[in-house]
Parts: sequence; C-alpha cells; structure tokens
Amino acid sequence: MRLKLGVPSKGRLMEKTFDWFGARGLELRRTGSDREYAGAVGGIEGVDLVLLSAGEIPRELDAGRIHLGVTGTDLVRERIPDWARRVEEISRMGFGQADLIIAVPKCWIDVDTLEDLDAAAAAFRREHGHRLRIATKYHRLVREFLREAGVADYRLVDSQGATEGTVKNLTAEAVADITSTGDTLRANHLKIISDGIIHRSQATLFRSKSASWGDQERAAMTAVERKISA
Amino acid sequence: MQPTKDQVRAEAARLQALFLETGAKAVDPNILQPANILLDLYGEDIRARAYVTGDPLKGEQMLRPDFTVPVVQMHVANGDGAARYTYAGEVFRRQEVPELGRTNEYFQVGLELFDSEDAAEAEAEVFDRFSSALAPLGLRAAMGDIGLLIAAVAGLKTTEARKNALMRHLWRPRRFRALLDRYSGRTPPPPSRRALLKRLEREMPQNMVQAVGPHIGLRSEAEIEQRLETLRIEAAAPPLSAAQVTLIDDMLDIRETPANALERLRDIAVDMPALDPALDRLERRLDAMRARGVALDQVEFEASYGRTTMEYYDGFVFGFYAGGRPHLPPVASGGRYDALTRVLGQGREIPAVGGMIRPGLALELAGKGAA
Repeated sequence: MRLKLGVPSKGRLMEKTFDWFGARGLELRRTGSDREYAGAVGGIEGVDLVLLSAGEIPRELDAGRIHLGVTGTDLVRERIPDWARRVEEISRMGFGQADLIIAVPKCWIDVDTLEDLDAAAAAFRREHGHRLRIATKYHRLVREFLREAGVADYRLVDSQGATEGTVKNLTAEAVADITSTGDTLRANHLKIISDGIIHRSQATLFRSKSASWGDQERAAMTAVERKISA
Repeated sequence: MQPTKDQVRAEAARLQALFLETGAKAVDPNILQPANILLDLYGEDIRARAYVTGDPLKGEQMLRPDFTVPVVQMHVANGDGAARYTYAGEVFRRQEVPELGRTNEYFQVGLELFDSEDAAEAEAEVFDRFSSALAPLGLRAAMGDIGLLIAAVAGLKTTEARKNALMRHLWRPRRFRALLDRYSGRTPPPPSRRALLKRLEREMPQNMVQAVGPHIGLRSEAEIEQRLETLRIEAAAPPLSAAQVTLIDDMLDIRETPANALERLRDIAVDMPALDPALDRLERRLDAMRARGVALDQVEFEASYGRTTMEYYDGFVFGFYAGGRPHLPPVASGGRYDALTRVLGQGREIPAVGGMIRPGLALELAGKGAA
C-alpha cells in the first residue's frame, strides 16, 4: 500500500505546507482543475497526497485512514482522546503559530490570574445565580486546564465562531480562544489572563499509529524522514 | 474472568435483597436525568464523566452517572421524615482516556438513609451493612471524615472571606493548598496584585474601573469595585499563623487505625479546640460501630479520604477496596452528604448517609464470573 499524506486543502496553511515540504525536496502539488481536491507528491516514490479540511485531519489520523497528516497541535489535543497514544509528532513546522488562551473583559481590572478568575467566578455565581460562562470551541482542553488549575463555578458555552464577540453580546463572561497577534481580542475590549495560556499551537507533521504500516508504507516513511531531516 | 450481565444482575438482586430486609423501600429513578441539575452541582467536570444527549422538548439530558442525586430529589419531592431507600441498576460513565478496570456502563446497588434520628447510629449501620454484605471478599476498608477539615477551617483565626474561600475548595486539594499558602504568606501575591493594591491606596476604585475603557459584559462595574474592596481587606488582614497551617497539615496526614487516629486528633484539638464537636461525633460513630460488632482495627482511618472524589460528601466517608489490586475502583463507597441535600433541598437540609456497591466487581473478585 502507498503512504497517504494528508494536508490542508486550502488557504495559507496549504501554501505554507507546500512550501515546507518543497524546501525539503518533496514537491506537493494539486492536480486537475483549481476546484478539484486532488494532488500528487513529487521527488519521492510511494506517497499519495490527500487534501482535507484542516479540522478533519486529526480524525483521519486517529482512524488510520492517512499515515501522515499536517495539522495544529491544538486540534490534535482537542479532538483525539488520549492523543499521545494515537499519533506521534514527527516535526514541528514553524508556522501556523497560535495560542489557546483565556481572555476576560479589559475592564475587569481586579482579574489578572487564574486565582482571580476563580474568585470572580464564585462572586459572580452568588450574584447572578448561574455559573460564569466561558465561550469556546476547545471544550476538552479548556476543561482539563481549568480542572488542573482548580478553577470552579464556571460553565463552558459552545462558540464555533466570532467567539470574541460573545462577551459584548452577553452570552458569555469570558472566552477561551485561539489568538496569534491578540488584535481581535484588543478590538473586542478583552485581555489575556497572565497565567491563562492553555496551549501554544503550531502546524505539525503527525504520524498515525493506527494506520496500517506494511513494508511499503514503512519504506516510504523512511524516505520521507530522510528528506525532512536532511 | 468477566461475569456476564445476567450474573451481575442476579448479584445486584441478591445484594439488594439484603438492603430490603432492613426495611428499605426499592426505588427506580429514570435513566435519563435533566442535565442542568447535574451541571449546576458538579460543573463542567461532569461533562467529562457523563453522557449528555439532547431531547427536543426537555433539553439536555444525561444518562444517570449515579443514583444519589435522583434519589435525593425524589425524597425532597415526596418524602418527609425518616426514610430509607435501595436501588439497583446501571450507571453510565464516559471516559476520555481508557481507565483500567472501569467500564463505561456498570451496575450499582445502593442503600440511602434520610433523616435518621441518630446520625452516628445511621452511619455505623450503613458501614456495617456494607461491611457484612462484602465480608466474604476480604476487602480492605478505609474511612475518613470530611467534617474534621470543615471544623478545622471554621475554627481558623482569620477572616470570614478566607474561610469561605477555603470551604469552597475543600474538594480541590491543590487549590485549597494554594489558598493556605497565600493566606499564611508562604506564597507572596503576584506582582500584578501588588501593583493593583498600591494603586488602590491613592485612587478611587470607581475611577480606576472607568479609566480602563468601555465596560462590557454582564459582570457589572459594581461587582468589579466590590472585588477590589475585597482584595483591599484581604491584603490588610494579618497572615494566617504558620502554627495553624501546620495543625491542618498534621491532621490531613493521619493514616491510622480509627482508635489511634482519634487519639492523635484529640492531641491536635488541644491547640485547635474547634475540632472538638467533630471529634465527639467521630467518637460516637466509632462507639456505635464497635457496638454493632465492626472490627475497627481492620479499618484504616485516613483523614484526607474522599477529598478528591466525593464532592458534597461532608462528614463520614468510607470505601472498600480489593487489597492487592490498587488500580481497581472501590468495590463499594459512600458516606454522609448533607451538603448535597442542602443544595437540592431548596434551602432545607436533610441529614443523609448512604453508599453503593459495584456488584460486577464484587462478583469478579469472588471468582464467580463466567469462564
């Protein structure tokens, strides 16, 4: 069987991925028309390119339908239970950097640390009769982080987009979201909790441990590793 | 050797028959429970442990992760006065990482006593019933008492705000420890806090809040100013004495036979007399257990028992374990949960003590499973 390499199918993430492999002598390219999601890998034998939505790559790695995949470490940790047993990090690629952080309104001058957030949540719950709401799409990562930190009296509310706007819209009191420059947070009058950095993510090449690894796939993998470590 | 489901069901019925003989009423709460009640009680953590599903009319529902909450609700809604209930059925536990020796669907058999006249006697009886039912398995028994820690915190010579904060984190040992370290001055406040306190010395909180830009969100300016005031009072309060923190540490370290533990706790109470009423309760409980013939020397008393796993259990706590197999969950566990009835009882607190057995695990240990 041929080795399947899953990469993001569009946008800057795709371009940067193509550049990263290109610089290492692996020529990734799309084939067919602009709109057709088909691709090929040059400079190496036995490797197929699979173009996927970036968010689906963790699932495909976990299911073993692709052998290698490029995606953010944040998505792997969020979407693959017990991820370290399921996939292996081959190489951090140095782009797509983004931090998963907890942010609160800038006007909360009394809140700078998780300890403050916890105390504010307790008082908020007494005052309003419901838990302090944190809007996010990273439920698992945020929940585990706050449990470790011993923060109580909060509740996660799901937000799949425009998360920074939820506080102003009164659907959440705080947010846990990805940021790279912090511009969107500032524009929405939010600030990052100083010890509230949950995870620093970047685009990473992962190997699936559950994909079938026969002689051919292993040979192709050795060839890929030789290229990317050269 | 995994017992079959039929064998587990039969074992559950056998154990429940023992509880029925004590005059307990059999109850059968629904498998689907409204999610909001469990979420309100346990917060987000319950989502990691329980299956959530949706109903178009009733909203989010959970597959019951245990029986205690629905049994308390039932008693609050219908019951009055003393009552005892028993249940047997499956509970459902989600796992985000595989947990050795635990399945995501298993049977529980339980006994719960409400509003008993004599608290010590009720606690002794529950322990004794479980101990007798499980006697053939030769399990290791452990007990503790969260009421001791509650009494110790209540007796600290410090502000009410600090005591409330510590009480809130009784069941989160790490945050509890961080708070003790902060209040005793062992951990200094972070630089941001010190800078804020300095500004509070010369600026009006109201001006400080307004100077920072537009106010957004549900948490009002008044709430922010209120917390600034709380911080100011906290900073002015004298540190918690190191001696008191040491007493709490010494207390939480105790792992002894119940008789020895009581003796050591009495020693600690010389310097922390607030413990006395809780120790009197412990002594009466131990007497009641002895009177029922419980072999107390075979039981280990751990002062920190149940602190990480038994939120809302606020007094006597106990568990039975397979000695040589520490990775297995307890075969049985339980305790007093007045705090839970206080939250669910709409302001009314009903004394409640009970516990549950895992019949599947009991069978497995007895070696009676299908080959």
